[in-house]
Formats: sequence, C-alpha cells, structure tokens
Amino acid sequence: MALTDTSAVTRRNKRRVHPVASALLRFLVMAVTTLFGLLAVTFFIGRVIPIDPVLAIVGDRAPQHVVERIRLELGLDLPLYQQFWIYLKQVLSGDFGTSVLTTNPVLTDILRVFPATIELATIGTIIGAVLGIPLGVLAAVKRGSIADQVVRVIGLVGYSVPIFWLGLLALVLFYAKLGWVAYPGRMDIVYEYTFTPNSGFYLVDAILQREWAVVWDLFRHIILPGSLLGYFSLAYISRMTRSFMLNELAQEYIVAARAKGLSETRIIWFHALRNAAVPLVTVIALSYAGLLEGSVLTETIFSWPGLGLYITNSLQNADMNAVLGGTVVIGAVFVAINLLSDLLYRTLDPRTRSR
Amino acid sequence: MSITEPAPKPYSRDWLLSDRPASRRQASLGRAYVVWRRFSENRLALLGLVIILALILTAAFADVLAPHNPLQGDLRNARLLPPGAEGYILGTDDQGRDILSRLIHGSRLTLLVVVLVAIIAAPVGLIVGTISGYAGGWVDAVLMRITDIFLAFPKLVLALALVAALGPGIENAILAIAVTSWPPYARIARAETMTFRNSEFISAVQLMGASPFRIVLRHVMPLCLSSLIVRVTLDMAGIILTAAGLGFLGLGAQPPLPEWGAMIASGRRFILDQWWVAAMPGFAILIVSLGFNLLGDGLRDALDPKEAGQ
Repeated sequence: MALTDTSAVTRRNKRRVHPVASALLRFLVMAVTTLFGLLAVTFFIGRVIPIDPVLAIVGDRAPQHVVERIRLELGLDLPLYQQFWIYLKQVLSGDFGTSVLTTNPVLTDILRVFPATIELATIGTIIGAVLGIPLGVLAAVKRGSIADQVVRVIGLVGYSVPIFWLGLLALVLFYAKLGWVAYPGRMDIVYEYTFTPNSGFYLVDAILQREWAVVWDLFRHIILPGSLLGYFSLAYISRMTRSFMLNELAQEYIVAARAKGLSETRIIWFHALRNAAVPLVTVIALSYAGLLEGSVLTETIFSWPGLGLYITNSLQNADMNAVLGGTVVIGAVFVAINLLSDLLYRTLDPRTRSR
Repeated sequence: MSITEPAPKPYSRDWLLSDRPASRRQASLGRAYVVWRRFSENRLALLGLVIILALILTAAFADVLAPHNPLQGDLRNARLLPPGAEGYILGTDDQGRDILSRLIHGSRLTLLVVVLVAIIAAPVGLIVGTISGYAGGWVDAVLMRITDIFLAFPKLVLALALVAALGPGIENAILAIAVTSWPPYARIARAETMTFRNSEFISAVQLMGASPFRIVLRHVMPLCLSSLIVRVTLDMAGIILTAAGLGFLGLGAQPPLPEWGAMIASGRRFILDQWWVAAMPGFAILIVSLGFNLLGDGLRDALDPKEAGQ
C-alpha cells in the first residue's frame, strides 16, 4: 500500500516538471539512444555483414601488408563488442576512416561536399513550402472542387513518380531542347577559376561578394534540381496543409469569426492558417529531412557535387568507409531534424504543454 | 415488427446488409459488402484497383503477352527503333530488344519485390507491434525504442548501405527494403493493440485460460490486419520507387533482367536522341505506383470512413 502511494507521489511530481525541461530531457534520451542505434546498425553493416571487412574497405587489389595493417587497425582480432567500442570512439571523435577513392579522411570529404547538398535541399524546401502551402489552403477552402482535385492529382503524382526519371526527362526538355537551364553540375567551369567561395555555400558567398554573373550562373544550375526536389516537398506539404486547414476550418472559432463579419480572406489566411502553422513547421522540417535523402538520386542525375553523389560514387567503387561515413552523417542529420522538429512543436504549441 | 418477418434470400442485398446476421459467415460477407460499396463509389480507387489487377495479370501471363523475347534482341535490324516502329509498339533498346516485352516481363520483378517485401516486413511489424502493445511495460519500451531507431533512418540511404555490404542483386535489394519497411507497421499494430488490450473480450479469453501467445496470435493479430493492409498498400508505391532507385544505381536486379529502374539507367546514355529507352520504363513505374497509391487511399477511406478526405 505504501509502495503504491509513493509511486503516485512521484508520478505527480513528475508531472510538475517544467514541460520544456521534460521535453528537453526526452529529447536528449531520444537523441543519444537513436544515435547509438544508428551507429550499431552501421557497425553491423560495415563490420559484421561483409565476410571480410578488410576486403570491403581496401578492395581485392591491395598488397598484403596493407591488408594486415588495416586488419590490426580495425581490431578484427578482438571480440565484437570491443570492436564496436573502438568504432564508437572513432566515430564520435570524427574518424570515419580513409576513403579509398579520394585518399582523404572521409570526414574531410563529407565536410567538403555536404554544403552543396544543404544548399540544394534548402532551395527545394523553399520552393515546396512557398508553392505547397497556398495550394494546400486552396484545396481545403474549395474542398471537392476542380481545384481540390487538381492539387490532389499533383500530390499523388509526386508520391508516385521516380525522381531520377523525372529528373532525366526534365534535363532533356529544359536543358537539351529548350536551353533554359545550364548543364548538369553546380557552376560553369569558367567560374571555377575566377570565383573563390569563402565556404561551401556558393550561392550565399556569390551574393555576399556581389558577383552577380556568378549568382545568375549558379541559379541556372540549381533551379532544375531544386525545383525537382521542390516538387516532392510540395506534394507532401500541400497534402498536409490541406488536412490541417480542413481541421481548423471546422472549428468553432471560425464560425465565430464569420459571425463577427470578418472577411473570408482574413479568416483563412490569418486565423485558420496561423493555427495550422505549428504542425506545418514540423511538416516542413520533416520534408527537409526527406529532401536530404531524396538528394541521393537527384544529385546522381544532375552531377551535383554533394553528399548524395559522393555516396553513390563511393558505392560504385566499393569504398565502404565513405559509404558508411555518408550514411552516418545523413542519418545523424535526419535524426537531429526529426527530434528538433518534435521539440519545436512542443515548445511552439501551447496545447501540448497542458498534457 | 413481427418475429416471423421472412428471412431474406441468402446472398441477396438484404441478406448481406442485415443487421441481424444469422451466421458468422453472413456477418463477415455483409461487412465486406459494405466496405466494397464504399470502395466502389470512389472512382479513383477503382482505377487503382484496375491498374493493380492489370499488373498482376500481366505478370501472370507475361509469356503469352510479350510479343518478343525480353532478354535477346535483334541487334542487326532492330537497334534503337522509335516507338511505333513495325512490330515494336514502344520501340527497342540499344540491344535491339523490344521495350514492351521487357516491360511486360519486368512486371514480374516489380510484383516479386512488393510481394516479398510485404511478406517479410508486414509480419515482422505485426509481431513486434502486437507483442509490444499487449505486453506493455519494459518489453514495450525496449521494442518501441528499437522501432523508433529504425524509423529515424532515412530509408533509401540505409537500403543503399545494406546493399553495398550484402552485394548487389534483387534478393539483397528486397531484404534491404524489408529491413527499412517494418517499423511503421509495428507502430500501427501497437496502436491498434493498445485500443482493445483492456476490452472485455480479451479479459474473457484470459479467464478461459488462454496463454498470452494464443491471445496475441488468435485474438489480437486478426484485429490489426485491416489497418495494416491499408498501410502496406499505401507503402507499396514507396517500395516500388525505392526498388527502382536501387535498380537505377545498379544495386538491384542485374542485367540482363528487365527491371524497370535498371532499364531507365541503361537508357540514360541515349536520353537525348532515343528518349523512349529511358522514358517508357519510367511511365510503367509511375502508373503502377500511382495505382497502389489510389488503391491504398480508397481502401483507407472505405475501411475507416472517419479519416476520409483527410
């Protein structure tokens, strides 16, 4: 009896913990365990599945002394849990091994190529949100109309089309036939010599340096892959916006606002959308994470020198360290965005606090 | 309202819609009829069903339907013919193979991938989810943490890494996709299980002395099936796209197998002048995954009218 009493008290105390603090704690636990799980899985993929991990890393043409050295470096003579421990320590200190293809440390490579992917995914998300939210609102307001059906079909096709195929067709049409956009790649070769970016984010650097010719060239390169990713994000964002808006428009405060005589535009864009905005932030964050992944195939099509192309190139060359390093980084960013959007949702929406 | 109201003729509309079914079979047939009526009101859903049925029939009768050999072409006379060329409706590829015949035979691979992934991933998710939901406590906590970890992964990237380690090939691609597909099923099965874990019929079975194993297997799992089927159907499109992506990167089915993603990859070299080599398989993928999406949407609306229109 006394036992149940104390547990009830602790439960009540737990509820009194500040909601943001408890969300933070939950966030930390989730982050640590998920990261641990991620590394366990990549360890499993890299060291346990291959029959000979050394061969998977150095290839079959490596001389004997290299094979022996790698074998010792990996600690393959140790039991698995010790190997995992070593792997954990290495990864957490930023050591993903050396890429066979580029002979650089994998982390150096990834830091070099990742900004290109972030730039592409950001442009894609901006396009997706700027177009997707109004489309979703339109579909919800005119529910059942032709406009609603059109938005639905646009979304459905977005969910069903292979991105690499659409990219190929877009290249044929807009680059080869119409000549509206630049060829695959990030920048014209001419500018490789004249333009020195301060960071990996070329577009930002070019704008800061007021190199408008470069900005225009970068824009002509990024617009097609960016729009393509934007389309996929649009499909998701418009569908979710429609769903959230339908939910809001059915609420009583909308009826009250109408009774007060507010204009329909004001009701929709200020009252309803504002309340739908909080879950939308989560949706946009999730679609951003999705684009980081979607960029793998898109970058392959558009020769975009980002992390996706790096991973696929390494795959073709059986460069296991690079593949796993890229997987860990994309996975970690993915996890981080997921958790951050969850945290953001909890802090932004007052309704989740009372629970 | 007399008791001697004449019983409706078996299998008639009234018999199916009766709210006092006389047998278990009548009840389940009646429920299926209601679901079907709701489903068939939705034209897009019917279109989806037709597409998927067409896919299944094409795969089943590929040998009869395909006008040419899918693996061996006429290199001398029929290289890279455009669509509409005599005898080759969709044109030919760089090895003189009829693209239509390859697409028809490729439908078998597509179907193989989705069916095998569903057969592997859905039961895993169902078992994990129902055990987690029924057992509760630390079992639930541990299983759901593992599920969350897998759910947090980017699917395509994890599948890529897995195939890279296992080696390319359609079996490994299927395995990799299945490994990345089960967590949502576990989540759904758990949520369903939680809703009726404490209901009376479960208590009744418990009183009758059924083991937890039996309860989960015979009484919990069947009730989770309908929402699981909807989710699996909706996922099929994603599975097809991931498989095509792996095939495109050369990690799925190996040449000369007519896998649609790999066909796009091989047509990529001729995309500027012979666009149809890469375009046709893409249309096939688009149509089939659209079919699964429409079917899944329709099934969800029919089985769960609450969520209709969301």
